Amino acid sequence: MTMLPPISCLTIVPLLGAIAVLMLGAKSKKLARGLALAFAFVALAITLILWFRFNPHSGGLQFEEVYSWIPELGVQYHVGIDGLGLLMLLLSAIVVPMAMAASWQIQGKISLYFSLILMLEAGLFGTFTALNFFHWFLYWELSLIPAFFLIRLWGGPQRATAASQFFLYTMVGSVALLLAFLAIFLCTGKFDFMDLADLAKNGQLVSAFAAISDWHRFTAEKIALILCSGVFLGFAVKVPLVPFHTWLPATYAEAPAGTTMLLTGTMSKMGVYGVLRILLPIFYVQLRVVRTPLLWLAVATIVLSAYAALAQKDLKRIFAYSSINHLGYCMLGIFSILKFTGDDPGLATEKAAALDGVFLQMFNHGLTAATLFWFVALLEKRSGGLRGLDDFGGLRKVIPVFCGLMGIALFSSMGLPGLNGFVGEFLIFKGTFPLAIWPTSVSVLGLLLTAIFILTILQRVFSGPLQERWSHMPDLTVQERLALLPAIGLMFVLGLYPQLVLGVINSTAMQMVQQLRF
Amino acid sequence: MTWIVRNLWLIPAFPALAAGLSALAKQRNRRMAASLAIGSMGLSFLLSLVAFVHVVRSGGHGETAKEVFNFPWFQYGGEWLKLGWMLDPLTAVMLVMVSFVGLLIFIYSTGYMSHDENFTRFFCFLSLFAAAMLGVVIANSLLLLFMCWELVGLTSYLLIGFWFHKPEAAAAAKKAFITTRIGDLAFLVGMVWLYSQTGSLLFYDQGSGCLEHSALAGLVAQTTCIGMAASTGIALLIFAGAVGKSGQVPLHVWLPDAMEGPTPVSALIHAATMVAAGVFLVARVYPLMAAHDGISLSSTSTTALQVVTWIGAITAVFAALIAVAQDDIKRILAYSTISQLGYMMIGLGVGGVAVGMFHLITHAFFKALLFLGAGSVIHGCHEEQDIRCMGGLKRFMPITFATYAVGMLALCGFPLFFSGFWSKDAILHAAQLWTISRVPFYLATFGALLTAFYMTRQMYYVFFGESRLARKRDSSHIADFGHHEHGITASVHESPAVMTMPLAILAMFAVLLGVIGTPAWPWFDSFLNGESATLHAAGFLEGGVLPVMILSSIVVFAGLGLGWWFYGSSPITSAESADALERLQPQVFRILRNKFYVDEIYDATFIRFNAWLSHVSDWFDRWVWNGAVWTVSHIVLGLSWLARSTDTYVVNPGFDEGCNAVTVGGRLLGRLQNGRTQNYLRLVGVAFAVLVAFLIWSGVR
Repeated sequence: MTMLPPISCLTIVPLLGAIAVLMLGAKSKKLARGLALAFAFVALAITLILWFRFNPHSGGLQFEEVYSWIPELGVQYHVGIDGLGLLMLLLSAIVVPMAMAASWQIQGKISLYFSLILMLEAGLFGTFTALNFFHWFLYWELSLIPAFFLIRLWGGPQRATAASQFFLYTMVGSVALLLAFLAIFLCTGKFDFMDLADLAKNGQLVSAFAAISDWHRFTAEKIALILCSGVFLGFAVKVPLVPFHTWLPATYAEAPAGTTMLLTGTMSKMGVYGVLRILLPIFYVQLRVVRTPLLWLAVATIVLSAYAALAQKDLKRIFAYSSINHLGYCMLGIFSILKFTGDDPGLATEKAAALDGVFLQMFNHGLTAATLFWFVALLEKRSGGLRGLDDFGGLRKVIPVFCGLMGIALFSSMGLPGLNGFVGEFLIFKGTFPLAIWPTSVSVLGLLLTAIFILTILQRVFSGPLQERWSHMPDLTVQERLALLPAIGLMFVLGLYPQLVLGVINSTAMQMVQQLRF
Repeated sequence: MTWIVRNLWLIPAFPALAAGLSALAKQRNRRMAASLAIGSMGLSFLLSLVAFVHVVRSGGHGETAKEVFNFPWFQYGGEWLKLGWMLDPLTAVMLVMVSFVGLLIFIYSTGYMSHDENFTRFFCFLSLFAAAMLGVVIANSLLLLFMCWELVGLTSYLLIGFWFHKPEAAAAAKKAFITTRIGDLAFLVGMVWLYSQTGSLLFYDQGSGCLEHSALAGLVAQTTCIGMAASTGIALLIFAGAVGKSGQVPLHVWLPDAMEGPTPVSALIHAATMVAAGVFLVARVYPLMAAHDGISLSSTSTTALQVVTWIGAITAVFAALIAVAQDDIKRILAYSTISQLGYMMIGLGVGGVAVGMFHLITHAFFKALLFLGAGSVIHGCHEEQDIRCMGGLKRFMPITFATYAVGMLALCGFPLFFSGFWSKDAILHAAQLWTISRVPFYLATFGALLTAFYMTRQMYYVFFGESRLARKRDSSHIADFGHHEHGITASVHESPAVMTMPLAILAMFAVLLGVIGTPAWPWFDSFLNGESATLHAAGFLEGGVLPVMILSSIVVFAGLGLGWWFYGSSPITSAESADALERLQPQVFRILRNKFYVDEIYDATFIRFNAWLSHVSDWFDRWVWNGAVWTVSHIVLGLSWLARSTDTYVVNPGFDEGCNAVTVGGRLLGRLQNGRTQNYLRLVGVAFAVLVAFLIWSGVR
């Protein structure tokens, strides 16, 4: 590993895998699946090596690679990870094999399906490591295309609409993002995120915009705000924030289970990651101006999506809204740290706590939400596609192990102490409260509503009298139990020993706070 | 630091381990699950005794009596979040009570649940509960306490819904969890607020804990936006958690429904320990509750403590009134529990930690006794819970009757010989001395009257008179139990020794515990305050002690007498006949029977409002947000349709025409070049002829 650049290798592995699966796996289902899983595990192994070789005491970028590419356009091949990037790599590398396991029995062209998943993984790895807009944007879009085909070809009855909606929605966001960055390049001649962040920190970014201020006679500050909203839109759709979220429930509901797991487990994190890596360092001055409305937007996301989840009858749609709700807490944490606090060391610690909470929540949500959608897939397999809240009842009697394990995942999603969800949410609330008292207090309502809809699932699906037609439903097989075991185990481990993750990300959080001090 | 303080975590760890092991066990390993649970609980009890003895022997140092062990959990920013456990008199007392009562109830459960198919699961949940509850007790960090507090709520949820196939049980479990979570979220906000103000959630940490002097002084000095000290705001938010867990008004609605769980669960969780956790929480953060600036207030009447007192007083009477008109043996006891928890809150509010905690401890024993007795009755009557259908059980279940009577008298506060008398008397005495208002004292006294009345009513309905069981029971159902030939009443049986033995032990404590808290020898009070108790008989004569004792005795006798007059003087003959009180005051009785319609009011307001909001946000999603997207996409579609039409009808025809012309021309030209040499030659020949003709014609001219 000392000879090879680890990050580039990591990104190439799933790409090679995608090609290999497509070429070699066309004949045999078994070979295609096995090969794909093997490549996913190689990627996981490389990620784990990175995890253990990462220096947790440094909050800066590590494993950096910089090569000149198109110098005239300011395009470099620049990759590197800090604690956040590493955590997201690990999450992707964990969720992808889970999604593959959940898709084991998928119908149709298996080799294409698994090859698309690997391609998506490459896109994810690239997005979480690239530091130059040029190839970052390529990866960002690269992940979109396999997702589109996975939904379009293997989705549910409404898949055509859902896939187009998903694609167009995110495309609109991407176009806004692209235009904004072209404008930025026009003014600054730079595509590198780190360079742009430095410009922002020195206050040169806004003055650079004066170059195009004859455009509609806008002031440089106005232009900065407009470009900021362009970038913001790109990420707000991806996260998503209310009101840019309506693509999500339909997409999550129609996508095949494995794809939904990837969408919620990893692709929704691309939005949050983008906000943290790109939007925040470059545009924090502009964001600070609109901090209060942004905070309330996050609160609206938390509360409205939780209320909408209460009104759903389809398990997948419930968890889809629950996903929006959970990422709302991340956005609340991020927006709260925009507050100007000067050199106050106490509030800097609160900001670091909020950011640590956001990172942790990103990982925990990815793990838990992916597992929940997996359980829905397992349930659908047994019920012949039914997944309504009222289609079941009393399942604990016939499939106790399934109900027990899914119960753990549900309580993890609710943020029960001892399971992974709690620490992240606690840190977000702890850090956010002194920075934004009222938004934080109102968003606590989201926790109550989450409890209500999760307990409603437990009540309607698992408890009550058993419906006759399910009296022979088979419980989890040994293979399924073994496949689920790592995810469930990780929920307990991170719930009881969160230092495992916090030790790695804390320096990054502190550095980020330091960077946004001014 | 001594061995026991360092290893205090073992006390909750044993039951937690037992829970983990039996969760992995197969359903049929019944004996293993029960032995694991009882064994681990026994070990915890022994360790608790060691801890208790340690505190007793090292006691007498006041504040320094708190021994703590803190450890770092995770880091954020430049700091470490620390958790820890502590051993002080409060912890020691609670540890012994929880592990001892828990042990007895575990043993009782092996009898009560012996026929249940999910026996193994039951002991798994029960052990998990014990672990979480003991965790609450030893926590030296508000965060650790909160975490265990939530886990206690989880196990309560799991055990209320233990018979999950019953829709009522599933609904009750959900209701319990959500109602308590409302309080818990206020608790969470309070905790986060406290953390941001004091920078620590450890209670005691060598001067920098959040309950220690410097932190409290800072909190008192801080004023919030509505002119309230930060300490008051935080204290009230934390108290909201206690209101939820301890079933205080207005969050009491879950506790009666929680009786859907198996009776040992009701005894352990919903009577003796978990519901008292709210009281314990207030006692634990008492320094915060009582924090004041030292000038304007005396220590027992801060705003926070006034709220505690008033909520407690209202709850005490409110729940007792409802209990008067209930027919389910367990629901009567549930309302009684709510009412008694109210007394504990009054005790904390007006008298301090020791007063409230003493009632908590005595109540734990006699209420566990009553619930287990009720379980024995239900077991003996083949799952009958309606007291109107019982009667005359005294003859069939002598041990249950005797122990139940002890519990009932202790609950009523029968003078001198029962623990409940002493603990309730301490509360009344403190309430009488309260300087803010006398109303809580009057409410508490009225509540005492009601308590004696409704318990007498229950006794007469259940144990005295003729058995009314036969008249309602379907004999074919009884036949399942193999007693058909002996008739109905003969099938009513005393419970096995594994169930009556815990009853006897609890009954003993329901009597004896009074000894440790009399005015003459206030050992309990001194122990919690870190002093040494002295025996002085003159304690009875000090500051209004005796008059209150006499008053409360009169009240108890009046309640018992009224109960006898209504229900004992003329025997209850039929299960269908109206209640004596109902005949006297039908309207009032109906309101009480319907629990003041609180559930209905909540249904019509909060729950309906919530459902409405959820539909609104769903509607917004489907029509407003999605509508906007739909509009935009249709505008785009319209534009593209327009573009296509132009293409089809304007651009294309013109283009086609042009194309056609070109094609025709091309075809004509193409004919000229069809590759046949003869044609080419012919053309060359023709052209040559034409050329020659042309030249000739032009040359002639």
